[in-house]
Amino acid sequence: MNTSIPEAHGDVAPGDELRPTDISHAIRGYLVGLALATLLTCVSFYIAGSTLVWQPSIPIALSVLALAQMGVHLVFFLHMTSGPDSVNNVMALAFGLLIVMLLVFGSLWIMTHLDHNVMPMGRLMQMQR
Amino acid sequence: MSAGTEVYPGGVAGGGLALGGGHAAALTEELAHGPSKRIVVAYGFWIFLISDIILFSALFATYAVLTDATAGGPSGRDLFELPTVAVETACLLLSTVFCGFAGIGAQARRNGMYYSAMAATFVLGATFVAIELHEFATMIHEGAGPGRSAFLSAFFALVGCHGLHVSAGLLWLLTMMAQVYAKGYRADIRRRLLCFALFWHTLDIIWVALFSLVYLVGVAPK
Repeated sequence: MNTSIPEAHGDVAPGDELRPTDISHAIRGYLVGLALATLLTCVSFYIAGSTLVWQPSIPIALSVLALAQMGVHLVFFLHMTSGPDSVNNVMALAFGLLIVMLLVFGSLWIMTHLDHNVMPMGRLMQMQR
Repeated sequence: MSAGTEVYPGGVAGGGLALGGGHAAALTEELAHGPSKRIVVAYGFWIFLISDIILFSALFATYAVLTDATAGGPSGRDLFELPTVAVETACLLLSTVFCGFAGIGAQARRNGMYYSAMAATFVLGATFVAIELHEFATMIHEGAGPGRSAFLSAFFALVGCHGLHVSAGLLWLLTMMAQVYAKGYRADIRRRLLCFALFWHTLDIIWVALFSLVYLVGVAPK
């Protein structure tokens, strides 16, 4: 916490910055976010077309990079913080992410099993061969 | 200690639910006046955006399940052009930064900064939509339209839904420029500007997932 600010704090609206700052400081925040996001994007594009990463793990590496970049966006563009003032905003987002994970991984899990259990006879024979 | 400390860009830090703040002064302030309208409006819009993200996650799940269901047609590897995707990504990332600058300009009541940043946001967003439309038109022309395979249906639904969001955002952006021009930086107009900025930033976050998990994973060697 910045010591020059009085201690009183309630909540901040999502997207609002916590502390009063001057224009140049606010602009710098966005530029730092832009630099980090550009770096992560470049790494993603590079990895996708190179043999730098072990090939079967490329989708996982790309997912991790995407998550990192989303974090950069949340912190530098949406001003989400871990401070008590934005607890409500972060909790709403965390609940949303829980639903997103359930939806995506649940669908993939169920559909993979279905695909395996209700396999057409021809493909089953192929796999057993 | 003043109740309702002003926070940049314009949110009032006093008030709100006792969940987070916990400080006696903030609590008294909250009991007296309730959370500021800016917090309530932006929080409600934030909840909407999270439900929008859940909508997109359903489309992502559909796409992930159907990626290999190409029905003998073209796959992502045959269709996706990474240089185009890189330009689209750059457009949207820069536009989201300019959208932030517009918010700063509005907060500082700097007309020049606000209007030029909003105009830059619009031009970059419109370029993004134009490139995407061209990409779709090329694919449909090559016989890889949404009717070709389950993979392409899921692809057009997912990417098209994002494109529709961006297009709607462009209309909203023009509306916000006109409203500030006609009504000035009134409190209600600034609340709408905050909601618009939240919307635009969220669209870029969804694009990060799109270009990584759809385009890059689609062309990555298996």
